[in-house]
Amino acid sequence: MSAHEHDHASSHGDHHGPKNPPRVFTAVLIALLILTFITVGASYVNFGSDSVNVVIALTIATIKASLVALFFMHLKYDKPVNALIAVSGFLFLGLFLLFPLIDFESRMDADDPAYQSKPAAIAPTAPAAPQH
Amino acid sequence: MSMTVVDTPGHGHHGHDPNQQHHFASMAQQFDSAKIGMWLFLATEILLFGGLFVGYGIMQGQHAEAFKSAHHHLDKRLGFLNTVVLLVSSWTMVMAVYSASVNKRKATVILLIITLLCAGTFMVVKYFEYSHKIHDGLLPGKYFSYKGPHLERERMFFSFYFMMTGLHGIHVLLGMVAISWLIFRANRGDFSSSWYTPVDLVGLYWHLVDLIWIYLFPLLYLIQ
Repeated sequence: MSAHEHDHASSHGDHHGPKNPPRVFTAVLIALLILTFITVGASYVNFGSDSVNVVIALTIATIKASLVALFFMHLKYDKPVNALIAVSGFLFLGLFLLFPLIDFESRMDADDPAYQSKPAAIAPTAPAAPQH
Repeated sequence: MSMTVVDTPGHGHHGHDPNQQHHFASMAQQFDSAKIGMWLFLATEILLFGGLFVGYGIMQGQHAEAFKSAHHHLDKRLGFLNTVVLLVSSWTMVMAVYSASVNKRKATVILLIITLLCAGTFMVVKYFEYSHKIHDGLLPGKYFSYKGPHLERERMFFSFYFMMTGLHGIHVLLGMVAISWLIFRANRGDFSSSWYTPVDLVGLYWHLVDLIWIYLFPLLYLIQ
């Protein structure tokens, strides 16, 4: 098995690509351009909430990025170790994003007067009086 | 271990490919090792840009109105143009890698030159975008001096805009240096089907630069 791989690789510089690379790469380029048009078009449409628009834009971006990684960066045809490295890079990026998000989402807004611990500084009259 | 490379005339008199370094068992092993090294570098690049993306994501969530208002100063059409330019350059790059791998020297050189021209076009468009923003005072943090109506946190958007597109732009410039070096070597006939590792690795780098732009474009130009 390994001897076979070795023979094959030594004669072709380890090129494990699609059967007709120019055709596949061109098809991928066309798909990428169409997706770019779609994402620009979608940005003019209001899908109800801002976050829906962001999710749509990032989903399209991720499809495009996957096409680039799988075909242009050869991950589909490469040794799996390279894909493993790429995916782990993104997994760690996910962790990187997750912890600050937890922090920010669970934090009180320091500027909001409702959370001010010293109302006396704002309202000098009777600190115990309820403000409604 | 006998290794004969028949398709490179003038080479192969030493019992192995002259491009094979002695600490590698075979050309294939050498190529795979180089690729793993490149991918490890690319993973660090993902995390380098990742810091900016995470910061942008959180601050956009905190100051959604200001970021939305600030992004109207960016020209979607120019962002779209640059996206198309980079996608096309990624295609010419992958075609150059393929051409090098099948001994098409002339095609490799021409495709690399088109890739370089696309990269140059990207930077020229970026130059016009930057000079327009500098003229309007749409600058990061304390340098923000825009006179028109704006929200306080818009300056933060431009901090992210300039740092993210700036770091990306530096990568494009470094890519142009690397591609120029490839053009020189490809034209000299250094690459063949048995050894085209530099073309492949610079190709991977170039696609990563494209991949990062794929995310930068919607996040900066298209947030609604």
